[in-house]
Amino acid sequence: MNEILEPQTFRVTRADLVRYAGASGDFNPIHWSDRVATGVGLPGVIAHGMFTMALVGRAVTAWAGAPDTVREFSVRFARPVPVPDTDEGTEVVVTATVKEVTEDGDTRLALTATCNGDKVLSLAQALVRKR
Amino acid sequence: MPLDQTFAGRTWPPTETYLVGREKIREFARAIGATDAEYHDPEAARAIGYPDVVAPPTFPVAITMAASRQVVNDPALGLDYSRVVHGDQRFAYTRPMVAGDAVVCVNSVDEIITRGGHWFLTIRTEVRTEAGDPVVTVWSKLVQRGEEH
Repeated sequence: MNEILEPQTFRVTRADLVRYAGASGDFNPIHWSDRVATGVGLPGVIAHGMFTMALVGRAVTAWAGAPDTVREFSVRFARPVPVPDTDEGTEVVVTATVKEVTEDGDTRLALTATCNGDKVLSLAQALVRKR
Repeated sequence: MPLDQTFAGRTWPPTETYLVGREKIREFARAIGATDAEYHDPEAARAIGYPDVVAPPTFPVAITMAASRQVVNDPALGLDYSRVVHGDQRFAYTRPMVAGDAVVCVNSVDEIITRGGHWFLTIRTEVRTEAGDPVVTVWSKLVQRGEEH
């Protein structure tokens, strides 16, 4: 119990945010315009919270072994993920701990995501059913 | 700006049908860097028991976020979208969404509270097939930041 799973690292660049905006339909300019982002008090362009959650979802399905294993998935967006306009962008590191195996055989994962050492999610967890 | 708390507990009529497309799922999967075959290849999806490509877990928000404009764009609610940040997000899945699903969204406001000058609006969206079979329930908490922030 409380097994710690291998951390997963994802690189995020401005190009990723543009692609995600198009695919998701979330064109809020704080995700592509430094002018607008700083104008509302943000450090600069930030990743969509749902993009970060999608990366965490990739980690979850990788650990669980299949894309259709997720039964519940929840996060709180604790801090923004600033994405500088560089080729390197930034990195999001996702970790997970097995908290529980339910009577039904489902596995509850406690999840964290950090960017530059800051926790960007809190109260993040997933309930997965291994295939 | 205060929100109209009488919106709490209200449920809206189902949205128009959204037809989940195979290429939309592939586009979304590419955008998040998800290469699993079940997101891209119908044969791989059929091999695990689905009729067509499977959507990644967060894909439904692409549908529910648009559907929730029914609530957030109502001027009577009083939401200032320029001050809104995403607080919490939760999904409870009955099954994965798959290409070919024709779904409708039923929005409800679960909660409106104010704390420390901020307003917290929780929208619950039940995503069902046209026949009424549940697919996924999506909760989005939006935070309207206070003026002094």
